[in-house]
Amino acid sequence: MIESFDYSLIDWSRGQFALTAMYHWVFVPLTLGLGFMVAIMESIYVKSGNPEWKRITKFWMTIFGINFAIGIATGIILEFEFGTNWSNYSWFVGDIFGAPLAIEGIMAFFLESTFIAIMFFGWDKTSKRMHLFSTWLVAFGASLSALWILVANAWMQLPVGMKFNPETARNEMNNFWDVLFSPMAISKFTHTISSSYLLAALVVIGISAWFLIKKRHIVFAKRSMVVAAVFGLVTSIFTIATGDYSAKMIAMHQPMKFASFEGLYEGKNGAPLIAIGVISPKLSDPEKEYKKDFIFKIEFPKFLSFLAFDDFNAFVPGIKDLLEGNKEQNIPPYTEKIARGKLAIEALAQYKLAKEEGNMAVMAENKAILDQNFQYFGYGYFTGNTSHLIPNIPITFYSFHIMVALGFWFALFFCIILYLIYKNKITGLKFWLILAIVNIPLAYLASQAGWITAEMGRQPWVIQDLMPTMVAVSKLDANAVITTFILFALIFTSLLIAELSIMFKTIKSGPKQLTAESLNDAEVRLNGATHKDDLPNINGGPEHV
Amino acid sequence: MIYLTLMEDQSMFENLSLLDLQQYWWVIISILASALVFLMFVQGGQTLIYTLGKTNDERDLIVNTLGHQWETTFTTLVTFGGAFFASFPLFYSTSFGGAYWVWMAILIAFVIQAVSYEYRSKPSNVWGKRTFETMLFINGAFGTFLIGTAVATFFSGSMFSVDKSNLIHLYDAAISRWETPFHGLEAVLNWHNVALGLAVFFLARVLGILYICNSVKNTPIFKRAIKQMWFNAMPFLVFFLAFVTGLLFKDGFAYNPATGVVSMESCKYLHNLREMPVVAGIFLIGVLLVLTGIIKFIFMHNRKAFWFSGAGTFLTVLSLFLIAGLNNTAYYPSTFNIQHSLTIQNSSSSHYTLVAMSYVSLFIPVVIGYIYWAWHSLHKKQITLTDLENDTNHVY
Repeated sequence: MIESFDYSLIDWSRGQFALTAMYHWVFVPLTLGLGFMVAIMESIYVKSGNPEWKRITKFWMTIFGINFAIGIATGIILEFEFGTNWSNYSWFVGDIFGAPLAIEGIMAFFLESTFIAIMFFGWDKTSKRMHLFSTWLVAFGASLSALWILVANAWMQLPVGMKFNPETARNEMNNFWDVLFSPMAISKFTHTISSSYLLAALVVIGISAWFLIKKRHIVFAKRSMVVAAVFGLVTSIFTIATGDYSAKMIAMHQPMKFASFEGLYEGKNGAPLIAIGVISPKLSDPEKEYKKDFIFKIEFPKFLSFLAFDDFNAFVPGIKDLLEGNKEQNIPPYTEKIARGKLAIEALAQYKLAKEEGNMAVMAENKAILDQNFQYFGYGYFTGNTSHLIPNIPITFYSFHIMVALGFWFALFFCIILYLIYKNKITGLKFWLILAIVNIPLAYLASQAGWITAEMGRQPWVIQDLMPTMVAVSKLDANAVITTFILFALIFTSLLIAELSIMFKTIKSGPKQLTAESLNDAEVRLNGATHKDDLPNINGGPEHV
Repeated sequence: MIYLTLMEDQSMFENLSLLDLQQYWWVIISILASALVFLMFVQGGQTLIYTLGKTNDERDLIVNTLGHQWETTFTTLVTFGGAFFASFPLFYSTSFGGAYWVWMAILIAFVIQAVSYEYRSKPSNVWGKRTFETMLFINGAFGTFLIGTAVATFFSGSMFSVDKSNLIHLYDAAISRWETPFHGLEAVLNWHNVALGLAVFFLARVLGILYICNSVKNTPIFKRAIKQMWFNAMPFLVFFLAFVTGLLFKDGFAYNPATGVVSMESCKYLHNLREMPVVAGIFLIGVLLVLTGIIKFIFMHNRKAFWFSGAGTFLTVLSLFLIAGLNNTAYYPSTFNIQHSLTIQNSSSSHYTLVAMSYVSLFIPVVIGYIYWAWHSLHKKQITLTDLENDTNHVY
C-alpha cells in the first residue's frame, strides 16, 4: 500500500508541462496579433494598389512565418501531454475536455495550416482578393484555435456544464453551451487574445523603432508603426477591460487564487489593492505560515474590494478565512471541506461495492451522499497539511503585479506613440524609440507572468475543487519524466536559439526591395525624416542596400 | 447557425443509440488515421531528399514541393489525437500515459519537423542546412516506423491494466497503469508490430516518390525515382504481406457486447472481413489501387500514379482500422488481463458528448473541400528549377 504521493513525479510532471507551455507561449501571442496586423496591411495594399504596402505586408509575414513554425513545434506536445503525463485527468474529465481539443483541430488548425500555404506560396497562384481572404482566414483560424484551448482551460478553473457519473468514475458533459459560454471562458479568451494582440503591436513598434534609430526603411517603419499603434491602443484598452472582468470572475470562483494575488492573509471589508509591494522573505509569526509581511508597499485603499465586487466596501476573503473558515461570511473551514470530500470518495467506493452486490438501495443511498458532497470531491485526497492547499504566494503575487503594472504602462505608451506620430515627431525622439525596443522583452514578461498568475494561482487544483494536481498525474517513474523534461529543454532551447538568430538576421536585412518603391525609399533616406504618404508607382528603380 | 438549428431540431444525431455513435466515431477515427497514413508521403519524401536529389537545386526542389503539404499531415496528426481524446478518452489516458516512450519518441520526431522547413535555408539559422535536413530525415524515418508499430499494437495488445475504481485509493488513484517498466518500448520486440512499422515506412517512401514525381518536373529526379521505386515497393510488399498474413490467421480479441467479456477467437480479423463484406471490399480495392499505382509508375511512367496509390493507401488503412474496432472487437487489447482490453463500448465518451462532437464532424467535408481547393491552387502545374529560382515569395 502506498502511503504518500510521489512528489518528485508530480513536480517534474508539472515542470515539464510548464516548460512546454511557456515555450509555446513565447511564440503564440506574436502570431495571434501579427496575423491580424498582416491582414490589415495586406488589405491596405489591395485597396490602394500601392506596392510599398505589399513590401510591408511581406516583411511582417516573414516574421510571422518564423514564429508560426516554432509555435506549431512547441504546440503539438501540449495536446498529447494531457494523455502522456496527466492520464488520470484525461479520463476524469476527458468527456468534457477532449471535445474542445478535437474542435480546435477540425475547425481551427486546418483553417490555419491550409490557408497559410496559400498566404506564403499563393501570391502569384491565386487572385489578389483570394490571397487577402486567405490571410484573413489564417488570422481568424489562429484566434479560433486560441478560443477552443482557452475554453478548455477556463473549464479547469470553473467546471460547469457537467455531472459526475459514478458508473464510469468520471465527469460527463450535459451542456456544451454552458462550457463554451461559461463566463470564465469568455474572460479567459478575451483577455488572452487581446493581450496577445497587444504584445504583437509592441513587437512591431519596437522593430520599427529600431529601423527609425538606424534611419533605414523610414517609410516602411513609420507605416508599420501607425498600424501597430492604433491596433495596440485599441487592444490594450480591451486588455484592461477584460482583465478587470477576469479578476471579478476569479474573485467569485477562485477566492484562494484571488487572495494570493494580493498576499491577503486576513479578509476584510474595503480591502486595499497593493500597487507596488515587496514581500519579506522572513516569517514574522512562525504559527502563521501564510501571513506574508511586506517590507514595503503602496496601496490604493478599498480598491481590491472594488476590483473584486464593484463595491468599495465588499468583503474580500483572505487566505486565513478560506483555510480556517469564516462563519460571518459563510465560508466553511478546510477541515470541513476535506471531511466532505472524503465522504464523497467513500460514497463512490460504497456505490461500487453495492453495485457488485446488486444492492440497489445502498447504491441509491451512496449516490445521494456523493451528489451532496461532490463539490468538495478533490479535497478528499488531502490530509490536514494546509501547505498543500495553498498556491505559492510570492510567485503569484509578483507575477500578478508585474502583469497588471505593465498592462497599464503599455496602454499609456500606445497613447504617447500615437501622439508623437500624429505630431510627426517620432523619428527625432530617440528616447521614445529606445523605450519602444525595451518594451519588447517587457511585453513577453507580462505575457508569461499572466500565465504564471493563472496557472500557479490555481494550485493545488487541476480542476478547481474536484481534482488536485497530484491525483491527475500519470503513473510513471519520476526518472522517465525527468528524462523527457531534459530532452524538451534541450530541443526547445536549441530551436529558440535558431529562431532568435533567424529573427534578428531577418530584421537586420529589413524588408525586401520591390523595385517600385526603392527609389522612393532612397529619396526618403536623403531627406531624413520627411516622406510622402502616397508613393508613386515607379518601375525599375535601383536596388537599395 | 445550421449547428444551432440542428441542435434544436433534436433529430440528426440525438436519436442514435450510444452504440451507433460509438461506431460512427470509430469510423471517423479510422478516416482520420487513413488520411494521416496517406499524407505521410511527406515523411516518406523527407527520407529521400538526398537519394533523389543529387545537387543542391534538386534538393531544394524536393524540399519545397514537400513543404507545400507538410502542415496538412501535421494537422491531421494533431486532429487525430484530439478526436481520439474527445471520442475515446480512455484510450488517450491508457495508451499515451502508458506507452510513454513510444509516444514521446513520435512527438519529438514531429516537433523537430515543424521548424525544419521554415528554418532550413534561412540565413543565420545557427545549426546549418544539413542539421534541419537530418531532422526531416529523422521525422520521416522514425515518425512513420513508430506510428506503424504503435498501430500494430491495436492487434497484438499491450501490457496494461485499467481499473476505474482506483479513483477511490487516496495515494494511488491512477486508473490506467502500464504493467511493464519499458512503457511502450516493448512493442518493437514483437515481429508483427515491426512488420507493420516497416511496411508503413516503405509505403510512405513509395508515396513520397510518387508525390514528388507528380508535382515536380525534373528529368534526373524522375529517372532516379523509377529506380528507387523498386527498392521501396519490394520491401513494402514483403512487410505488408507478412503483416497481413500474420493478422488474418492470428487469434483476435473478441468481446461479447451484452456482457463485455473479452475472449480470444482464432482468425478473428479474418472473420471480421468475412462478416463485414463491405470492409473486405474496401480492403481489396485499396490493396489493388496501391499496386496499380506502383505498376503504372514503374512501367508506364505515369505521373498520376500518386493518386492511385494514395487512394489505395487510404482505403487499405481504413479497412484495417475498421476490423480493429468494429464487429465486437477490442481495438486496444490488454495482454496483461484481456478483460481490461479497450473496446469502443467501454472506452468512449458519453452519449451527450458524442452527439455534440458528431455535429462538429459535419465540418469535416468543409475542411476537405478547402484543402482540395488549396491543393488545386498550388499544384496547377508541376514546379521546375526555374520556377524556384524566380520565386520571390517564400522559399524553404
